[in-house]
Amino acid sequence: MKKLFLGLIVVLLIFSSVFAASNDLEIFSWWTGGGEEEGLLALFAKFNQYYPNINIINAAVAGGAGTNAKAVLKTRMLGGNPPDSFQVHAGMELTDTYVIPGLMEPLTNYLKEWGVYDKFPKDVMEIVSYQGEVYSIPVNVHRGNVVFYNKKIFRELGLTKEPTTWAEFFDAMKKAQEAGYIPLALGDKNKWTLTHLFENIMLSVFGSDGYKGLFTGKTSFDSPELEMSLVLLERMIPYFNRDHSALTWQDAGRLVFEGKALFNVMGDWEEGYFKTLGWKPDVDFGWFALPGTDNAFMFISDTFGLPKGAPHRENALKWLKFIATKEAQDIFNPIKGSIPARIDADKSRYDVYLTWSMNDFAKVSVVPSIIHGSAAPEGFVTTLNDALNRFIVKKNISNTLRDIIWAAEDQGYLTE
Amino acid sequence: MSIQKNKSKIGFYIILPSLILIGIFVYYFIFWTIRTSFSDWNSFSKLLKGIYNFVGFRNYQRIFLDERFQTDLWNTLFFTIFFIAGSIGLGLFLANLIDKGLKGSRFFQSLFLFPMAIAFVVTGTVWSWIFAPGNIPKDPQGINLLFKNLGLEKLQWLWYTSSESVGKFNLALIPVIIAAIWQMSGYIMAMYLAGLKAIPNEILEAAKVDGANDRYIFWKIKMPLLKPITLSTMIVLGHVSLKIFDLIYAMTGSGPNNVTDVPAIYMFELTFRSNRYALGSAISVIMLLMVAVIIIPYLYSSLRRGVS
Repeated sequence: MKKLFLGLIVVLLIFSSVFAASNDLEIFSWWTGGGEEEGLLALFAKFNQYYPNINIINAAVAGGAGTNAKAVLKTRMLGGNPPDSFQVHAGMELTDTYVIPGLMEPLTNYLKEWGVYDKFPKDVMEIVSYQGEVYSIPVNVHRGNVVFYNKKIFRELGLTKEPTTWAEFFDAMKKAQEAGYIPLALGDKNKWTLTHLFENIMLSVFGSDGYKGLFTGKTSFDSPELEMSLVLLERMIPYFNRDHSALTWQDAGRLVFEGKALFNVMGDWEEGYFKTLGWKPDVDFGWFALPGTDNAFMFISDTFGLPKGAPHRENALKWLKFIATKEAQDIFNPIKGSIPARIDADKSRYDVYLTWSMNDFAKVSVVPSIIHGSAAPEGFVTTLNDALNRFIVKKNISNTLRDIIWAAEDQGYLTE
Repeated sequence: MSIQKNKSKIGFYIILPSLILIGIFVYYFIFWTIRTSFSDWNSFSKLLKGIYNFVGFRNYQRIFLDERFQTDLWNTLFFTIFFIAGSIGLGLFLANLIDKGLKGSRFFQSLFLFPMAIAFVVTGTVWSWIFAPGNIPKDPQGINLLFKNLGLEKLQWLWYTSSESVGKFNLALIPVIIAAIWQMSGYIMAMYLAGLKAIPNEILEAAKVDGANDRYIFWKIKMPLLKPITLSTMIVLGHVSLKIFDLIYAMTGSGPNNVTDVPAIYMFELTFRSNRYALGSAISVIMLLMVAVIIIPYLYSSLRRGVS
């Protein structure tokens, strides 16, 4: 009797897994908390309205900025067990790791077939392409070159105009320091925030074309602009909070929120963070593009691609087609606190900050972020992190220059 | 005799599955890591293609020339010395206090042992709050705030965000060492307490009759008898400190200018962040060798003791 019962269970399990396997869709991401997870689940719900028979498996792996998820994904791809579609930052993070070894399917023809190829900005299509083929579909866009500031302190210091030049920026920081505030909050315990600041300084100094050219071979890393960027960063060091290496980016944002610090340079996910703390955009906090970068958009985007040998390829294509629609992007982004990658989205659904960002996205030059994986391979990013982590203590410009140039050489970026 | 033989046969079959699993998941992977460390697999696509290019000791050369790894080795050395000395010193002191059988010693015995039950990640997070400096002197946090409230502003310090060093010793390691000692000294206390309880009373009484004072009894009688315990605590603490990762990762990260970086963190970043599998493997092998230097003599001596 017991044996029969056990046997029945086994048979049932086998059958159920066979049936379930026939119409699954496994989506891999690192969206496990806050607005990101809610947005993803809202996408799933809408997708299931169109395809009620498809069973979505949410294979999300927790961990900030995908640090854990990326390791899990690599293991799966290496073992020949890819998910049907996975989240990845637009650009080199996908290209260097998965496209060049030949693990991804090109999507250009599908995008054209679905009639959405020209709905994305050209710069964006360039970032997600390799040798003329598109390899992933962006669902959202974040802007990296934004300075957030505490409006109350700003008024108190007698500032009326948002700084547009470095001279004005340093002037404002000096005023803040004299009044006893932290001029520029930084939280680089996890290193990347310092690199985030530095890549924006580089964007300002190189200009958007020069900066973009660093990764296509048109601009050399071995040029005076890199040194000028380091000099600018060094000038900022006295304006940081002294305990920056004990804080995370949220802690740094909190210094602004608590009225202890004036500025913080961060991506626009900080806007979402301020809102969850109860702040209102344009009332309690303001923002502007870092001086010299208002004609550029430091682009950070989450995209989904199609790995070769996806177990449910047809379903994966349905998913990709769905997330490329205006409808899906307008569902996901207001919840996640980002803007859609398409240029024709419904602006009324977004708040005043996101509208500002959308307007700029449609008209200024889009440039790839180093630290968020769009511009350069992960090996270069880690080396740059390390070099800057030493620089902020030792302030040795020539050594840091050497380290960055060597890393660029390693990646074949040093063309002359 | 045949029953005996049968018994050992059954015993063998019982442990066979775990032998196989250990063989694969420990020894085979050690072998594989060593093999990787001699390859040029420093990007995901090279690893994926699986073409094995033997490059000799090039990865080891690169890693030993790496400024960050040199810092890591110094950090490990100083961390190990102070962590072992501190844990044993404090553990021994607490064990002696409790062994005196004062009032409430049972309560304190469990209290001191308690940190042992907490994961290093939790310890690291909590101590990172305690030693977070804040913006001194005006707006301190944690222990600095306590100093401010007590009027001891002079004691405020940058703690683990300090980039000062004395010789090769990074002062930012001090808070980390304190946290590690806090975690492990209770366990060391328990080990010594067991050892102290095992010392026959007759010996101590005889010594007292002969007119030995407490200090003499401690240094000349108790300590020699506790020697095997000191040895095994050193082994336990030594291998904890050589491969420490979670405490430091949660508490300080690698710190400004890598002042609190250790080989395990660098290995993690190289392997899982920047896809330099061969370099990461080289660090793993170096860490294995460092632990082996401690463990093998110990195993050797205990095995020999077991045989005789």
